[in-house]
Amino acid sequence: MLQCTRTALAIALFCLVARSAGAFDLNEVAPGVFVHQGQLALMTQENSGDIANLGAIVGEKAVAVIDTGGSAAEGRAFLAALQQRTTKPLRYVINTHVHPDHIFGNIAFRDTGALFVGHKNLPRALAARGPHYLSSFRAALGPLIDEVALIAPTLTVDGVTTLDLGGRSIELRAWRTAHSDADLTVLDAASGTLFAGDLLFLRHVPVVDGSLLGFLAVVDELRRIDARRVVPGHGPAVAPWPQALDAQAAYLQRLTRDLRAAIAAGESLGAAATSAAQSEKSAWSLFHDYNVRNATAGFAELEWDSP
Amino acid sequence: MIRRTASLPARKPRSGGEPEGSRTALRLTAAVMASLLAGAAFAQAPKIDPWPGLVTDIFHDRPIAAHEGVVALQAPVRAEDAAIVPMTITLVDPAVRKATLVIDENPMPMAAAFTIGEGAAVASIETRVRVNSYTNVHVVAETADGALHSVVKFVKASGGCSAPAIKDQDEAAANLGKMKFRRFSSADPARREAQIMIRHPNNSGLQMDPISRAYIPAHFIDRVEVRQGDALIFSMEGGISLSEDPAFRFSYKPNGARTIRVEAHDNEGGVFSGEWPVDDAS
Repeated sequence: MLQCTRTALAIALFCLVARSAGAFDLNEVAPGVFVHQGQLALMTQENSGDIANLGAIVGEKAVAVIDTGGSAAEGRAFLAALQQRTTKPLRYVINTHVHPDHIFGNIAFRDTGALFVGHKNLPRALAARGPHYLSSFRAALGPLIDEVALIAPTLTVDGVTTLDLGGRSIELRAWRTAHSDADLTVLDAASGTLFAGDLLFLRHVPVVDGSLLGFLAVVDELRRIDARRVVPGHGPAVAPWPQALDAQAAYLQRLTRDLRAAIAAGESLGAAATSAAQSEKSAWSLFHDYNVRNATAGFAELEWDSP
Repeated sequence: MIRRTASLPARKPRSGGEPEGSRTALRLTAAVMASLLAGAAFAQAPKIDPWPGLVTDIFHDRPIAAHEGVVALQAPVRAEDAAIVPMTITLVDPAVRKATLVIDENPMPMAAAFTIGEGAAVASIETRVRVNSYTNVHVVAETADGALHSVVKFVKASGGCSAPAIKDQDEAAANLGKMKFRRFSSADPARREAQIMIRHPNNSGLQMDPISRAYIPAHFIDRVEVRQGDALIFSMEGGISLSEDPAFRFSYKPNGARTIRVEAHDNEGGVFSGEWPVDDAS
């Protein structure tokens, strides 16, 4: 009887370990380029905030991580999975922007000796938004939020910065206000892989938390980047470049056109925000969660731009 | 929710002749401070309705009749962007002289108090506010006979005041104080509809830098006057519950004046003004 219980317990334990180890997928999408695909969902305690795509690039001498996930738990799982793939030292932790699903995992990397890297505006954005994120995401993450601590970058990027991983250089580019006011992309020229952060959404409806017009302009500028594949901030782990931009561009253009028409017609903010871009509804996940918010902020922005 | 009295911005003394109504402004600031203190107490016991305390602090326990016949409030049931929540006050009774918008659960509940100019016949004012948590929103209208009338709406939102309001901090700083005037077509020749927009971050003073542990100073529009010629259409006294880039859309009766003039003040002594031509035809 005892033996039986012990065996059952061992099996249960094994399943638990196997599941948690297997739950964090980390796939090599190109030689030395690893991607974890987040879920298409809102952050919850159940999914450990695991909703954004995360990456790692391994050079001859060092490793760079791109975003750390939505909780310390996810950050630890990422680090553990990465250490299964490489024993090279982790030198850089790059944050593509300030949003919780991309930076709450930072704390798991604090003692790795890695340098934290972000857009020149990231420290300021963390100052303005950090405390709000820590208090408002308690409802979604429950006790997982207790472990989260915000870590500001010590190396900031203004324009373009190149980091050397040993025989492999990666190019970090800071963008003007678009998805947010601290967007950073990472290009691995060796494999032709672009990590777009949340400057690219696939399937997950794009979120505008910076500037609608800025986002539209940056999408055009992104097209000129010479890459073969892209890792979006949300959606499939990899997608062909630059075609992956098309659906997002169509959404942002539709939203802009609808809002401009509503403003020209003298519509109120409330009415315009609930009707704008509704034709895009069936094309996206989480449309209900973000579209009216995008439209509300977009209306307030475009109103300054109208005659 | 963050409620702190320590972060309350100090009102700077104004030099020279105090404009008429500044005593009211100071009294309102005192009322706001009192309600903030009250708010701090409520934070310990969240089930207590803050409204009776606000009636004491803002309206000095004057009797307030609750009905829709005098004033109406249009507010969204769910605020999609808690930093930009549209609110429309309709002055149903032309005898309304003052309308005060109160967001009960906000750290600074008195969002805006509008005083209506004599003969301006303002029928509606739409503005945008921050809503910090699930809350009742009250409008209290004072009619010419001195009676108070209120309406209330419940709004589901969270995070407007302590939340990130500013989406582009560089742009907010670069454009501070810029104004824009928009006119809308009106079916009624005896009425006009227009909108005043003011670029201002309206920083709440409730955001704390988690790394430096210092509060980002409050910086907000606290007074606006809108006139046609010299005649007041409306004035507004408000604070951090107004959204970034405060906007006021309103309808009024034209008096033949050729310009709309706006003067806005912020709590750091900033003064911003604008003037726009209006033609005879409506």
